[in-house]
Amino acid sequence: MSATDTPKRSMRTPLGRVRNLGAAHSGTSDFWRQRITGVAMTLLMIPVVVIVMMLLGRNQAGAAQILGSLPIAVILLLFIFASAWHMKIGMQVVIEDYVHNEKLKLTAIMLNNFFSVAVALASTYAILKLSSGV
Amino acid sequence: MLGRNKHQKPPMTARIERPLSPHIQTYRWTLTMALSIVHRATGIALYVGTLLLAWWLIAAASGPAAYAHVQAFTGSIIGRLIVFGYTWALMHHMLSGIRHFVWDLGYGFKANEREALTWGALIGGIVLTVLVWIIAYAIGGGR
Repeated sequence: MSATDTPKRSMRTPLGRVRNLGAAHSGTSDFWRQRITGVAMTLLMIPVVVIVMMLLGRNQAGAAQILGSLPIAVILLLFIFASAWHMKIGMQVVIEDYVHNEKLKLTAIMLNNFFSVAVALASTYAILKLSSGV
Repeated sequence: MLGRNKHQKPPMTARIERPLSPHIQTYRWTLTMALSIVHRATGIALYVGTLLLAWWLIAAASGPAAYAHVQAFTGSIIGRLIVFGYTWALMHHMLSGIRHFVWDLGYGFKANEREALTWGALIGGIVLTVLVWIIAYAIGGGR
């Protein structure tokens, strides 16, 4: 991959090079994205809690009006995007840790992807629908 | 465990038998271990809980009847318990996650520091949850 992986420079043995990638068989990109999305959600937590508080005790018309406003829709879209990605990675780690049968593991990871994308898209569609006022 | 390998020449792809580290039941149970599992459990709970969030948003976009269904559910005792549990899982997972960020940055690894961080996440999560619900009741008049 990078220059540090060339045989001359690398401190890692050939066995270590293939084994240390672990059950995920990949590198650190998911680790990093898990952190980015985690920080994003931490920053968004107070606005999101405030939005949920604003909706308490309101009927559908009132809730739809609030959810359809631009800043609130954007905050919720960001939160949904970050949480779907974060939970997809988190669940994949859990699957890779506990599901040892390779086929079952791949199936579970696929279902995890389907679930996360479906939840994210359904929620996104709902917010866009509210914003467009259809 | 360290005895001679019966197979003379294992193929390169075969799993090499090595001494294994004992699993968690061997060790003295510690707070950080317990909370590590709680972090996972709350994460899984939040994962499933996004269905509730999606249902709520879709209902709001669908119309008064669908939204009334959601409100009837979240207003029921079971619904309230679930949303309360969801609030705690979210608050705890967030604070526990912040604790992980501290560790990622290389701080807080001394025995007393990691204990303090873990207690902080545990107590902070409960405090935030109760606080959010007190405010929620004050604003929404019990939803």
